[in-house]
Order: sequence, then C-alpha cells, then structure tokens
Amino acid sequence: MKFTLNWLKEHLDTQASLEDISTTLTSIGLEVEGIEDAGAALAAFTVAEIVEAKPHPDADKLQVCKVNSAAGELQIVCGAPNARAGIKVALAQVGATIPNGDFKIKKSKIRGVESCGMLCSAKELNLGDDHAGIMELAADAPIGAPIAEILGLGDPVIEIAITPNRGDCLGVYGIARDLAAAGLGVLRPLVYPTKDGQCVEYNTAAIPQTSERLYIDLMEETCKTFSGVLIHGVTNGPSPAWLRQRLEAIGLRSISTLVDITNYFTFAYGRPLHVYDADKVQGTITVRPAKEGEVLEALNDKTYTLQGGECVIADDAGILGLGGIVGGIPSSVTEETKNIILECAWFDPVAIAMTARAHQINTDAAYRFERTVDPAFVTIGIDMAAQMILALCGGVAMDSTHAGEPPIEEILIDYHAAHVNAQAGVEIDEARQVEILEALSFHAHGSKVQVPSWRSDCRIPADITEEVLRIYGYDNVPSRSLPKPERTPAPSLSSQQARIQQLKRLLATRGLHETCHYAFMSSTIAGQFAPIIDDLKLRNPISAELDLMRPTLLAHLMQAAGKNHARGASGIALFEVGGIYTERGQQTCIATLRSGQKAHAHWKSGKATYDWLDAKADLFSLLEAAGLDPQKVQISREAPEYYHPGQSAVVTLGPKNILGYFGTLHPLTCEALDVPTGMVACELLIDAVPLPKAKAPKALDVSDLQGVNRDFAFLYPRDHAAGDLLTAIRKADAMIVDAWLFDVYAGEHVAQDQVSLAIGIRLMPTEKTLTDAEIEAVSAKVIDAAEALGGKLR
Amino acid sequence: MSLDIEALRQEALDAVCATTSTSALEETRVQWLGKKGRLTAELKAIAQLSIEEKKAIGKSLNELKLALTDAIESRKDALKREEMSAQLAQDVVDISLPVVPETMGTLHPITRAMQELIAIFADFGFAVAEGPHVEEDFYNFTALNIPESHPARQMHDTFYVQGTDDQGNPKVLRTHTSPVQIRTMLNSQPPIRIIAPGSTFRCDSDMTHTPMFHQIEGLVIDKTSTFAHLKGLLRDVVEAFFGVENIPVRFRPSYFPFTEPSAEVDIGCKKTRDALLIGQGDDWLEILGCGMVHPNVLRHCNLDPEEWQGFAFGMGIERLAMLKYNIPDLRKFFESDIRWLQHYGTNPLASTNLAEGL
Repeated sequence: MKFTLNWLKEHLDTQASLEDISTTLTSIGLEVEGIEDAGAALAAFTVAEIVEAKPHPDADKLQVCKVNSAAGELQIVCGAPNARAGIKVALAQVGATIPNGDFKIKKSKIRGVESCGMLCSAKELNLGDDHAGIMELAADAPIGAPIAEILGLGDPVIEIAITPNRGDCLGVYGIARDLAAAGLGVLRPLVYPTKDGQCVEYNTAAIPQTSERLYIDLMEETCKTFSGVLIHGVTNGPSPAWLRQRLEAIGLRSISTLVDITNYFTFAYGRPLHVYDADKVQGTITVRPAKEGEVLEALNDKTYTLQGGECVIADDAGILGLGGIVGGIPSSVTEETKNIILECAWFDPVAIAMTARAHQINTDAAYRFERTVDPAFVTIGIDMAAQMILALCGGVAMDSTHAGEPPIEEILIDYHAAHVNAQAGVEIDEARQVEILEALSFHAHGSKVQVPSWRSDCRIPADITEEVLRIYGYDNVPSRSLPKPERTPAPSLSSQQARIQQLKRLLATRGLHETCHYAFMSSTIAGQFAPIIDDLKLRNPISAELDLMRPTLLAHLMQAAGKNHARGASGIALFEVGGIYTERGQQTCIATLRSGQKAHAHWKSGKATYDWLDAKADLFSLLEAAGLDPQKVQISREAPEYYHPGQSAVVTLGPKNILGYFGTLHPLTCEALDVPTGMVACELLIDAVPLPKAKAPKALDVSDLQGVNRDFAFLYPRDHAAGDLLTAIRKADAMIVDAWLFDVYAGEHVAQDQVSLAIGIRLMPTEKTLTDAEIEAVSAKVIDAAEALGGKLR
Repeated sequence: MSLDIEALRQEALDAVCATTSTSALEETRVQWLGKKGRLTAELKAIAQLSIEEKKAIGKSLNELKLALTDAIESRKDALKREEMSAQLAQDVVDISLPVVPETMGTLHPITRAMQELIAIFADFGFAVAEGPHVEEDFYNFTALNIPESHPARQMHDTFYVQGTDDQGNPKVLRTHTSPVQIRTMLNSQPPIRIIAPGSTFRCDSDMTHTPMFHQIEGLVIDKTSTFAHLKGLLRDVVEAFFGVENIPVRFRPSYFPFTEPSAEVDIGCKKTRDALLIGQGDDWLEILGCGMVHPNVLRHCNLDPEEWQGFAFGMGIERLAMLKYNIPDLRKFFESDIRWLQHYGTNPLASTNLAEGL
C-alpha cells in the first residue's frame, strides 16, 4: 500500500516529521517497506534563469552562460545546445551531488573559463532519459525554488506492508486513524477533494432529494448490500493534474476522471466503487449468482468463462461484472459517457476470495473485499463519491438506492486488564489500557469492549491484547530470559537424531562433502530408480523437472557430480542425508556418491580411481558407527537395477530387513542421467538400523600371553564368496580373534575356475601359551572349515 | 730384559686412537687383547718372573689392560656414532615432498546452522521434534487456525500432491514446520518446549526464494510463559547464535493466523559494500516471526486456553546461515558446486556444543 505524505496529512493533522511517522507506522504493525523521497535527492537543485549565453572563446560546442540564481549571478560553462538566454533551468551549485553518476560539482575552469556550477539534463537528475540538452522548466518557476517542488516531486511516497488482517488500513484514512490512536496527530473529519484538488469536508446533506431512482434486484446472498446512484449529465475526460499526479505517485495509471475517482476512493478510504455507463445498461441491475458458461469481457483485458455460482452484477442482457472483483468492458465509462450508475456494495470476503482465486484475478477491489471493507461505510462512501463526481464532472445526482443491509454487528469481547498483562508479562495499568482502546475506537463497557465496525479482525480477547500491546509498544515490553530448567534436561536430540548427526560428521571426516538437494525431482528420471507412485506426484510442480517427491537421493547426487565434472573437477565425493518417499512413506536415507579420481596422481601412490570398494567402505563404516557389528550383516547380489549387476550388493540384517546398498552404478543409469559412467554409491536406510542398546562396556580382559599369527593359502572356487570363507574361518575356533585376506591370485598354476586366497589368522590363548600341537589343531579346524566351503589348502 | 711399560701403553693407546672404523678397532683389540695379543702375551709372561718383578710389572700390566679396555670402549662409541651419522647422511629425504593426500570433507551450512541453534535451544531445555514433509491439510492449515477461505493461505503458495487424506483433501508439502507443533501438542502433555527444524516447501522460485528451504520453529506451552519471555528468549538466542552481545532486536506487530499477538523480529545491522555487519549500524533486517499461540490453535490441540498459554516462533535457516557465514546467494545452497561446498561448508570436527563454544 502506497500513499504520499501530503495525502496522509489530508486525513491526519500532525506536525510529526516523516521520520517519526515512518518509525511509528512500523512500531504499530504497518511496516514501512520504503520511502521514495525524490525531493530529498533533488534538494540541492534550484530554479535559475539563463540571462546571457555566449560562445566559449576556446571551444565550438560550449557556451559561457550568465545565470541568475538565488545565490546571485553565476558564470557557468555549458555544453547543451538548447542553453539560451531567457529559459528557466535546473541549477546544481558547487557542492551539489549529481544523482546519476554520483559525482560532486566543483568550481573549475573549463578550457580556461571559470565555471561555478552545472545546468542539468533530466537524465543527470534521474528524472528521465533525455540527455540531448538541459531541462527547461516552466517560465513562471520562481528563481531559487527547489526544482522538486516545481516538478511536483516534493511529496514523499511511503510504501507500507499491510498484513491480511488489517483491511481497515488499505486506505489512507485508516492509516491516519491508526496513527492518531498512536498519538501522532489528530484524525481529521471525512473530506474529499474538489476540482482544484482542495479538500472539502463531507456534508451528508449535500445531495438534494430527487424523485428518480435506480431499481436494483439483489438476489445473491454473498452480496449483503448494493447501493447505486444515477448521475445524469456528467463530463468525463482526462483528470485534473493533481489527481493524475496523485495516482501516478502511488503507481496507478490515470484513465479518466470517473475511473480515477473510484480509484481515489479505493486508496483514500479503502472503499472500492464501480461506475457503469448508464446508457449501456439495459433494464434492471440485478445481483445474482452466475450461470455456468456466462462470459465476461473484463476491464483487465481478459475474458472469463464463469463456473456458475459466482456473484455477478447483471442487466437484462447479460453480466456487467464480477461483483467486487472486476467490471466489464461493454458497460464501462468512456470519454463520451454522459450518464452513469455509481455502485457501492459489500461482498462477503470468503466468496470474493474463492472467486478471485478460482479465476486467478487480483484487483485492488478484490484485495480489499477479501480483507473485509467497513460495512458501516457503504452509504457514506457512495454519497461522498457522488459528491466528488459532481464536483469534478458536473451532472445531477438522483437519490441513491440501497438494496439489502450492510452486515453491521455489535461485537462485544470479554476484556480484563489482568488477562492482557498475564499474556504480556508486563503491568500496564487498566486506565492506560482503556485509554489505548478508546483511542482505537474500542469502547470499554465494564468487562466488555465494543469493536469498531472496521475492525473485523478483532473477535477474541487475544485480539484486544494485541491492540493494547501494539499501541503501548512492543519495544516497551521488557525482555525476560526464559527460565532454564531447574534440573539438567534430557538430551534435546533423540538417539536416532543424535546418531544421524554423528554419521554426518563421520562421512565428512571420510572426505565427503555434504550436499542438500530439493526433495522433489523429475518423475522421468525417478523412473530409473523406482516405480512412480502417483500419490507422490505434485499437482502444481514449479517445473516438470521437479514434479515428484524423490524416491532416491542418488539422482541428485549423480547430477551434482556430473555438473562438477563438467566444471573440471576430476574427483568428487558427496553425500546427502534426507527424506526419500516411497510406498512405505517417508524414510531417512544416507547416501554417498564418489566419482572419478580419488585425488591427483601422487608421486608415491600413483593414480587411483574410486571403485565399488570405496562405496562398500562408506557403507560399512556407517554401519559400524551406527552401532552395528558389521559381522552381523549379510550381503547378497540383489541390489536394485540401477546398480551394476556384477558390482553391487544389498546389505541385510536377518532375511528381510534391508539396511542398504552399495556398488557401482549401472552404466545405463548413468547414461539416462547424462553423467559419466563408473560412479559408485552407497545408500543406508538408517531407520532400519537398530539403535544400539545403551550399556556400559564389559570390564576389559586382556592376556599377557603371546598371540600367534598363521598364514594359509587356499584354492577356492571362483564363483564362491571369499567373504564366506573368512567368516567360516573366524568361527572355526574360539581362539581365532581375527582373520584377514591378504592376497587374491588367479592365473598361472591356478585352475581357471579357481582363485588362490591367502588368509592370515591371529590366535589368542586365554590361559596359557599355545603349544605347537594346539596350534596345529586350530590349523586343522581352519582347513576343515575351508574344505567345507570347497576350499583346498595349497 | 726390562719391559718399558710406559712405551707399551703409549703404543697401545696410539693404536686405538688411530683406528677409523669399528672393524679396524676390533682388529686392534685382537692385536692387543686377543688370545694371542701382545698385552695378553706380556701378561702370560709374568709367570716366568721373580716374585718382586711379578708384583711390580703385574700391577702395571693389569692397569694397562684396564686402561686399554676403557679406551677401546670409548673409541668404539665414538666410531659407532660417526658411522651412524655417515649412514644417516645417506638417508636424507626431500622433506618438501607432498604427502599422500587425505582430504577432509565438509558439513553443509544448513546442517551447521541447525546444529548451532539446537545447541543453544538445548540449553533452555528444548527437545527436537520432527514430522512428515508430505502433510495433511489439517496439520498444516486447519489446526493452525487457517481455514480454507483464509487470505493467509495465499501467502503460503502451497504445493499439493496427488495423494489425499482421509477427508479426501489433497495432501500438501508442509509450508512451515508448524504441523510438528500441532502433532506435538496432540501427542504430549504440557509443559512443552520443543524446536522443530526441517525442510519446508513453497511454490516460489526466484533470486531470493527456493521452492524448498529450511525452518526452525519453536513452541513453549505452560502456564506462565509470556510475551516478555518470548522477547527475552529470542534476544538470548540471537545473541548466542551471532556471538554478539547486545544486538539491537526490534519486535514489530505483525500477523500470523496461529499467533495473537504476533510479531516480526528485526535485528540491527549495517550494510556495507561487501558485508553485512550484525549488531551495529542503523539498518534493520527481518529474521523471524513469532507470537503468543492463538487460542484456536490450543483448542484444536485439545488444550484449554484458559489453562495453558505460550508462544511460538519460526525462522529461516538459510537466511540465518547467509547472515552468519556471509553467504551471498541463496540458490547456491542447493547446487552442490564443490567449490562452494569447500568454501562455505564447515569442518566436521568444529564444536557444536556450548561447552566448546559455537
């Protein structure tokens, strides 16, 4: 909502400075978003007159001007071709800063001739694009006057944000009313401007009684009241300069006097109006529900086909407009219009909101009706507007017709000063509270307050608390620290939440960078990863690329890695922790993705590329950090199809509980996402990993006895899992505390269908040092275990 | 014949001193003290001497043997040290050679900011609550005093999914984390102190808006917490988060359907050409919205507003992160440019608790 300072002062009698007004507006909840004070930027520029312009002795394109200014006669060298004696110009004296380019005028010599200032073009003052010559001001502009005043820019424009509850402040009058309540001045009586722009006080008896009046058929319940008045013999045309300037200052386009007057009322009083060309209305004006398929050619140059049921204003021939939202072109006023019907009505806010939303129309009228216009202002509004029309356009007004009743209710709210203080945490004595409420026109009657007709947002005691506090000043309420718990509180994070934080730190210390991506993705790409679930498609996606809640974290990670490769990164390691959305609902997933070189080639360790083992290492380090013994999980080759079938696995706990996957991504998946092949990834479904039981560890029991290492080499069927062999060997004897694979060999001396696996074990005795015989016995068990799996000692 | 012991001593010690390697020293030792060594021979010869001579020469020779043994030992230490130094001099490396690279990853600034805020709120006894992203209309709107026709629904630019709730209303992507507050109030008894961090969604995308962003909301319900406590808590949190004491904090009346009275909160700052300085200067920057919980919201959660009261607040994580870590562009948060992640991401070992400092 924009308005100018002078406009405000038509309704508010105040001596307050612009700064005080601005501060108060914000402090009472009418947040100032900006102040355009063109006058302030132009304060240093004044009107001057060129009294003589002679060619520069030393430059063809320059002239030496003698200028008559408030500071006396000045000599100024000027390059403008239009500089000539007799014109009034915009003078920048020494010391002024030119707004366009931000440079300061200094006294100088130009080609040897002294110059004490500058004559400005429109462009230099940010007043337009004209740079062909200097600005020529009106011949009657007084020398020394600020040019902002001459150009009508002396009136600062204030823009405030109005919250949806404050429909009453969608007019300058309402803002003035609130400022007056805050003690910033006195609200003036209702006024409207006449032809010369001077305001006159509204007089209820100004319009004479006549016999002719309009007939209105009100048949739509969401229009509670509809007032109309016929005005004969008006003259429409361009608005007077003051009205044009005022509307343009707040960003509106001047259309014609009649339309501008309705816009004036919209912004001065938050009271939308409409004018029809009476000669284009056929028969009776009817307010009724629309029929399905009725078409409106609207004033916003769009055509709307109605669903049926919308509140429309119609005549015998068809619809004239969508009530309270937008009028129609066929019945609109033009410069030829002679007779008009002025409309002032009250529409139900919910109905307006629904219709405006259904047809995606946003007009100044709908905006105000949606936020509830003052129902007590309908008759005053139409009467005052008619008076302004008569003043500006002439004509004769008939009596107004009022169909229906404005919904003016007496609203009483329970009020206790103590309740306000209990919510606020500050003692505001009752007298002060009542004083504030009275200033806002809330009248206190014992333990009730009566709400003024324009405050439809106030219905419960909490609303009264806010009214008292916002005028008392939020800043005047003390800040009290919230008492901390008397005892040490339980941890803020649940075990699962804390575990996830720890796993994030783990992955970052493992060299991966955490990323964050949108939770929605392209359904086309998602199809590569999981079947599409229609319920998780967005009805109103921001783009087709983001039309489905993601079933996987990998797609975004792969695309991010691809983009980083394209920017020249040779190795990428990323992770994300976030929601994935499947038929099982929302699950938390942790995913890593590595691609390309581990690092630049190193002088000692050479060059290495991420492979499936890195992804497996990520997953197993996650499992271990999550509190799960990695020996307890099973892996099998049943990873989803977006993984490489030969280089991927599913990790389960027990037969059914899937914990996650790791492996190389399928080349076709990479191709579909247009990223390089060879990327490796892991996914952990952290919700599926049981939380470790919180218990203190057992007492440490270590032995000083000598441990023994033994190495074995087995020939082992190539299609068997080496991991199974390691597991079996670990379990072969209780004294085996570790087993590790230190070589895998296939080739010469080993059959085609076999590999040679070299495995080391460590035996740790618990009671006494092992004898050779005991070691041999364990070795025999190891060999038996290997043989049971098809292995053979080499 | 008379033995010139002094000459013998001189010769033996000279021989030891003259050695230049441990092996030469060993040879010298054998020459003198070996089974067939000269001193050994002289010592054996004592047996042939008269008792008087035995006494005199024997003592001198034994002294000489001891002295020679000591001399050999100390020469041996010296030679060993020399030889090792020579060997170590051979083993010199170029200490400027680069190590095998081990890169440290980073945590995303959103994670970092959340961790810091959680640590600050934990100190006041707030628990962290979470809820679903795909939410039912009731929790996201109705229970929060936002009926279907409410103009505030237009402020929300809601995303809807195809799926519907039990009433047949389309489910929404939560437009704020406030539904978590509703779920908490419905599922637990006051007193309540929770914060709800998480992702939120609005159908809006431009330079300063992304369709997904993160919020942290808070809720306090008890019998005594007032607007003054709300002001105090938020002042304390803002000061702790930005690490600046006495930040100017301004509460402005505002409007949210779920709070009454409502406020927006600005902090004092100074905008310079290349940075925004928090806590100084005379500009204001909006950072959060808050208010006393609306009685209708309490009623929707089966709490009697005559008995319970409290406040709620919500702030945008990205905005706070941008301010604290001096990040200029919101959209980059979600682009995963490795250069950006390395620059604005944080060390995973950095403290996230008040004991170590934030």
